[in-house]
Amino acid sequence: MRLLTHNMLSSNIKGVTNGFPLRIEVEKAIEKQVDFNPDFLKNMFPKIDWKALLDASRTMGYAELPDETPDSSMLDSDEFLRKFHHALLELHLEEGALVCPETGRKFPVNKGIPNMLLHEDEV
Amino acid sequence: MWYLCVFFHRLLDYRKPEVESLAELFGAFEGDNPNNNATLEWRLPKHHHPDSPFHFVNLPSEEIAQNIANRSILVKGMYEVWGEGSSYEELEESIRSYPEERMQPYLSSDSTFKITVDSFGKVMSFQEQNERIKGLFYIPFKGRVNLKTPDHKFWLMETDDYGVNNGLPPMVERRIFFGREVGAADRRLIPTYQLKSRTYLGPTAMDAEIAFLMANQGLVKPGKLVYDPFVGTGSILVAAAHFGAMTMGADIDIRVVRDGRGPDSNVWSNFKQYGLPMPIGLLRADNNLPSWRPDLKEVFDAIICDPPYGVRAGGRKSGGRKLLKGAVDPYTVPDDKRVGHIPSTAPYCLAECVHDLLDLAARMLVMGGRLVYFYPVLREDEMQDCFPEHPCFKLVASSEQILSSRYSRVLLTMVKTGPYTEEIAKAARIKHLEFKENHLKWLEDGNLHSSVFAPADPQFTTTGELKSIKEPKPKYRGKYV
Repeated sequence: MRLLTHNMLSSNIKGVTNGFPLRIEVEKAIEKQVDFNPDFLKNMFPKIDWKALLDASRTMGYAELPDETPDSSMLDSDEFLRKFHHALLELHLEEGALVCPETGRKFPVNKGIPNMLLHEDEV
Repeated sequence: MWYLCVFFHRLLDYRKPEVESLAELFGAFEGDNPNNNATLEWRLPKHHHPDSPFHFVNLPSEEIAQNIANRSILVKGMYEVWGEGSSYEELEESIRSYPEERMQPYLSSDSTFKITVDSFGKVMSFQEQNERIKGLFYIPFKGRVNLKTPDHKFWLMETDDYGVNNGLPPMVERRIFFGREVGAADRRLIPTYQLKSRTYLGPTAMDAEIAFLMANQGLVKPGKLVYDPFVGTGSILVAAAHFGAMTMGADIDIRVVRDGRGPDSNVWSNFKQYGLPMPIGLLRADNNLPSWRPDLKEVFDAIICDPPYGVRAGGRKSGGRKLLKGAVDPYTVPDDKRVGHIPSTAPYCLAECVHDLLDLAARMLVMGGRLVYFYPVLREDEMQDCFPEHPCFKLVASSEQILSSRYSRVLLTMVKTGPYTEEIAKAARIKHLEFKENHLKWLEDGNLHSSVFAPADPQFTTTGELKSIKEPKPKYRGKYV
């Protein structure tokens, strides 16, 4: 699971009002190379919740992203784009879990695929 | 500029929409008001049936014509026609009157060329082909012939006026075209990606040719993000990845997406096999209860999928036991069994599935983004051409593929034209609850499987009259159609 996917997901258990961001529990993290595409990153940038990406990248052991939400002028900087690219697309959670911030329910991540399916009594 | 667009004689309903989508992709409508229904101008050659492989199309530039032809799956070639006629005398007259300044650049002595003779609905011997080429002596070719890598390719194409032509009604008159090739489809894609070469397949894996057509309808190109909510073995995303898109997929069945058939036979290996970039995200999620971040919208450039419509494979959604037993208390998972619990699922009827898909697409597609999906129709249904609608979408193409005498599937291409407003979201939530409460009723009403597989019996109306059987749409049965 890349952090892009993490940034898009929330816990949708019945009754949960604040299911985002999911906390990451790392068992095994790996890096996977992805082709660098500045246009894709520029399109994606306004859709990203920066705080969630920042925290997630730190959990995954990558501390190069700026603390403050960068403004869009940063997108002209190749150095920034490379870091953003790496955090968003190349950090990969292979084994672990996503934890609902409100209920503590764990959504397991196996072989890089998060299981967001709810149990019968959570629908 | 008018070009002769010659199609492969197959998937007839898909041919023009593909060219129109690619025209959009390569900027043929740039500068047009986006609210206009951007379509191309088409013209049929004299006496040709609309299902003929020969069509004329008006395109803004040769570059666009070339790009469309090279990227397409169903265009055999785009040609600048130098002459046409119903006999070789007429053809000669026509070529002689073609402006010389348009021909000159392709006839120069430092270039190489090749002439191919092609026919539709008949076979010509090698000798006949050679005679036809010799008959073109009046064109002042100065370059050298090169059969392998010519600079310029010329085509002489002939249709005859006898008999039934590949299922088409007989041609009224022979027609001959001579033209310069501007671009041609790369059909090598199809044998490369054909399903029988794929390591991991499911029962409903999408045929490679159709998957490429779907990707073309979705205007897939590098830098775009494509999502398939029913990803299965990833066959649609393979086509999208081939055209350079970033891909994401979800499926409710964890076995399909995660486990596959072992370490080298799973969704990932299907991408690895062709040297394509892996999907950037795969997840196990329920299309009925999506777990997107609440404020997230407009992230995908295209949503391309083949929803489970219950004929070959039925859809599933969360909340099995609870819904099926209705009156019984909701099933509670005991605390010690929560880890690793496999939730039961309930059948997911087509109407609800399509409703969820349109709602997802309305929310998650960027403006101008495309939703491309298959929708089943019963062929005897009088409600033909009645496809799902949504206030955020405009239908731009519908292409039918006949699957049996009972039913067809129609590839629908919809463009997002309106924003996903709070009212639309609210209406969708109300509808969602309505589906949930009347689960069983919807399952019975929306059961396509029984309509497709029930024994055929003559249908009587209430007055006892035999219902008039609708004039069936022609189906060209044959190896290639």
